[in-house]
Amino acid sequence: MATANTFVQIGSTVTVGSGGAASIEFTSIPATYTDLIVKASIRNATGLDHMLLQFNSATTNYTEIIMRGSGSAATSYVLSTLIPSTNGLESGYVGSDTNIFTNCEIYVPNYAGSNYKSASIDAVQEANSSTAYMVLNAPLWSSTAAITTVTLLGQTYNFAQYSTASLYGILKY
Amino acid sequence: MATKIIVDCSTGITTEVELTAEEVAQQEVDAKAYAIEQAERDADAKAKADAKASAQAKLAALGLSADEIAALG
Repeated sequence: MATANTFVQIGSTVTVGSGGAASIEFTSIPATYTDLIVKASIRNATGLDHMLLQFNSATTNYTEIIMRGSGSAATSYVLSTLIPSTNGLESGYVGSDTNIFTNCEIYVPNYAGSNYKSASIDAVQEANSSTAYMVLNAPLWSSTAAITTVTLLGQTYNFAQYSTASLYGILKY
Repeated sequence: MATKIIVDCSTGITTEVELTAEEVAQQEVDAKAYAIEQAERDADAKAKADAKASAQAKLAALGLSADEIAALG
């Protein structure tokens, strides 16, 4: 029995091995919490890329508002149908600079409820250059299904060794 | 062969499995989409910056000071 007002890790922290990984999936997430939090530290070995987020491995019914700062400019986007053929929510930029990881937190309130699923995503890319992207995203998954699987994946490149991801459950009541 | 890492939260067991052919194909499609999307965003950002610079130059030609132009946002 989970205890109210707690912040509990679900499953275990994933650390990507030397071969890299295309994605990290947390499956069979129990419905016993109020909210979910994903904390990720990600880099790849190839170049600038997006990290994508999927709920229940779905590839449709996502919308998202993105606010992006690069160090020299701030812009905002509304992705109503997302980019054609892109199969998840954008969750920040990931670079390939040695030993430099993007930090990302994804908060999903009421993930097991029957309403559409909103979330908030903040991600800060670090880089050995004057341009590095920080984003604040407001995604929506238009589905009444309870979220039981959360997937992080690189849009173009695989996650590199020592990238990590952890899932936590928040129980408010 | 690319792999994915799966954490089964009901058991706590973590496994690493190879991507299916369908997942590999989707990865290739996503990569192409990323390149297109970045080019579109960069072009959009440049167009907005160019339009702003053009507008500021026209305001300056009308006699507005740099501070007055900046005050317009």
